[in-house]
Amino acid sequence: MPTAIEIFKHLPKKNCGDCKFPTCLAFAMQLANNKAKLDDCPHLSEAGKNALASSSAPPIRLVKVGVGRTAVDMGDETELYRHDKRFFHPVAFALRLADDLGEDDLYKRLSYARSLRFERVGQVLKLDMLELECRSGNAERFASFAKKVSAETDLPLVLRAKDATVLSAANLIKDRRPLLHGADASNLKEMCAVAKGCALPLVVGADDLNGLADLVEAARKEGVEDLVLDPRPANLKELLERCTIIRRSAIRKTFRGLGYPIYLSIPAGRDGMLMASTAVMKYGSLLSFEELPASNALPLMVLRQNIYTDPQVPIQVKPDLYPVNNPGPEAPLLFTTNFSLTFFTVMSDLEKSKVPVWLQVVDTEGLSVLTAYSAGKLTAESVKNALTATGALERSRQGRLIIPGMVARMAVKLNEATGLQIVVGPKESSGLPKFLRS
Amino acid sequence: MEVPVPKEKWTGSIGEMELGASAEKGGSRSSLRLGGNRGLPFLSFEDPAARAVALAGFVADTLDDVPLAVKKAFGEAVNDPVGWAVAWKEKGADLICLHLTSTNPEEKDASPEEAAATVMKVMKAVELPLIVYGSGHPEKDAKVLEKVGEAAKGERLLLGQAEEGGYKSVAAAAMANGHAVIGFSNLDINLAKQIVILLTDYGVGRGDVIIDPLMAALGMGLEYSYSVNERIRISALSGDAMLQVPMICDCVSAWKAREASDDVPHAGDALERGIWWESTTALAALLSGADILVLGHPEAMNIAKDAVKGFRGEA
Ligand code: B12
Ligand code: SF4
Repeated sequence: MPTAIEIFKHLPKKNCGDCKFPTCLAFAMQLANNKAKLDDCPHLSEAGKNALASSSAPPIRLVKVGVGRTAVDMGDETELYRHDKRFFHPVAFALRLADDLGEDDLYKRLSYARSLRFERVGQVLKLDMLELECRSGNAERFASFAKKVSAETDLPLVLRAKDATVLSAANLIKDRRPLLHGADASNLKEMCAVAKGCALPLVVGADDLNGLADLVEAARKEGVEDLVLDPRPANLKELLERCTIIRRSAIRKTFRGLGYPIYLSIPAGRDGMLMASTAVMKYGSLLSFEELPASNALPLMVLRQNIYTDPQVPIQVKPDLYPVNNPGPEAPLLFTTNFSLTFFTVMSDLEKSKVPVWLQVVDTEGLSVLTAYSAGKLTAESVKNALTATGALERSRQGRLIIPGMVARMAVKLNEATGLQIVVGPKESSGLPKFLRS
Repeated sequence: MEVPVPKEKWTGSIGEMELGASAEKGGSRSSLRLGGNRGLPFLSFEDPAARAVALAGFVADTLDDVPLAVKKAFGEAVNDPVGWAVAWKEKGADLICLHLTSTNPEEKDASPEEAAATVMKVMKAVELPLIVYGSGHPEKDAKVLEKVGEAAKGERLLLGQAEEGGYKSVAAAAMANGHAVIGFSNLDINLAKQIVILLTDYGVGRGDVIIDPLMAALGMGLEYSYSVNERIRISALSGDAMLQVPMICDCVSAWKAREASDDVPHAGDALERGIWWESTTALAALLSGADILVLGHPEAMNIAKDAVKGFRGEA
């Protein structure tokens, strides 16, 4: 948002009060603090409205790709460092499919893309998009390929071709809101015409940032506003530096010329993996992978999950009494904390054991067992209160409580607080199946 | 159109220091320079000098806590810290990180003298700089590191580790014999600063301290470490003198994350995944400000090497 004085310059200066503020300046001050809306002034000129709307736009434009439930939002970030607030729109991962693939290979690759899906601490980690690349050079082939794949998947699509005629296949599936890839200095006007004609977002690419900013300016003149940048780094250094300059100039300098999400084409192999990991941490919005083996996908997706968690709020689960494997009153009672990582690790081990148990999850504000204990958030009192709140002792009537091995030192106090017999479990929950069976 | 290159206006820089002492300086090994950075990691428009990063190979003198994949990668060599260290040198490590786990009083309980002898043997076989840890048992470590420090006087070791609860004996062992010391703290910028203050108040030179803010591995709290490290670096560059020291990040703990090596359905080859688990942790450490990485798997070392070269624009 611009400052109150900058806003004031564009107001009618009538001081008529129709905006419910006594003066234009007062109104400007409220606007600057996001406490009023531009529309509240009925006398604002068209020119003033445009000037204000564009200067109050977010420093990095929000670009939407796809439709419905699987649509991906990119951009609209406000921070350079995640600890200052958080990163909002997780970098999207796309797998590339070329239009010269044989029928069999295409279906194999589609089913592989579907298999890239993991459940972790209660969240689903998965592939977000498919990129369809024209390698055949044949417009008809590419068009029928795009139609075929779009019928097979509900994932958002990127359509990638060097030639605008080929890319006009986008018209066939424009209601899926694909992202178009391929504008550069050689074809900008034609590519913009396709993007504008179908009202679709467009990636512009150049080998240096000044050239990229020129392309952005030119594309906007052609009427395309939903842009994505491809800074085409040739190596890790260029990737890190270009992405950093783009993000910083947008956020620190409110430089509109590069205030867009970043697309990166990721080569196969080790170099690609290094580029991808770097881009997850340093400002990528969409990574298009030539290849993405599952052994690489999981660490990358976990890295993305880690970097994009809200630093103020650990991923946590509801504190409650959880029945596992259909327990009855004779089933043993255990407790753990409500940190998602802890909860899901313990849960999966308990399920593996097939032994029916009651699991009391204590509210530790999302901290792990030892962290919570050290922070004084896991105490004999807090465990006792949790058991009372859920009526756990009416459900499990063993009169015993199995506690995490890491907090064996809580045993005496817990016994005093609850009157239960305390059994110290293994340190790692992976030891639980064996422990519970014996 | 001229894109503005938005340099941050840093007022501070990371202090320089050396590990390992050559013959001229009274030691018997190669030496490494660390620190001196004036900008955030690998941004040449902020800090044109090539960033010094040292990659340390993890070695332990007992095998209980060593990840299986690491043992397999080194084969027979892991049965002897000397052979293991030699293997690391061949695989391109810049320095060795030796854990004297045999001294753990609850297990093998090797004496400080035995531990010092192990260190001397490793030093004789490999002329790289050395990081030496005890077993993590504060009282015993004090005795072990005192002996090790004396035996290796003048070699400019890096001794680990000083913690808020007990730092004096390690600090003394370092000060008396010309070694550097690791100040450990628990994932918190203020605690990182606190341990440097304690050490320097006690008499350790600031040029002799390296901080370890605890690198939590991928999926195990990496995001906390990434942000704590970044904040430490930003504060240092903004002028906080007590944080203007190099940073060490141990990435071997990545193998403790179960997803790194368990059979996870559809998650591909477990070894390849584990190597990337460690490597991704290493990359997060590098980008958030690490000057020394401790690595366990030789392939993770190769990857980290390529990453450093790539960030410097050498590859
Ligand atoms: C990430 C982390 C943090 C994060 C918090 C993450 C979170 N949401 O909990 C942050 C940075 C906030 C943090 C802060 C602190 N931390 Co911390 N932290 C860690 C770290 C690196 C990982 C913890 C983790 O996620 N573990 C994974 C989970 C799954 O483990 P878990 O909950 O223990 O569960 C396992 C077992 O306990 C068991 N289990 C669990 N439930 C049950 C139930 C039963 C019945 C059984 C049998 C078993 C079982 O199975 C699970 C899987 O194996 C550890 C060091 C490490 N590498 O372990 C230190 C660590 C836990 N932290 C520690 C400390 C001291 C702190 C602080 C007090 C430091 C400080 N002074 O500021 C603060 C306190 C927090 C606060 N004031 O808000 C110490 C604890 C020391 C001790 N031995 O008591 C540790 C061990 C680090 C160390 N070596 O010094 N920390
Ligand atoms: S309505 Fe418009 S012109 Fe009237 S006081 Fe408010 S800002 Fe000024």
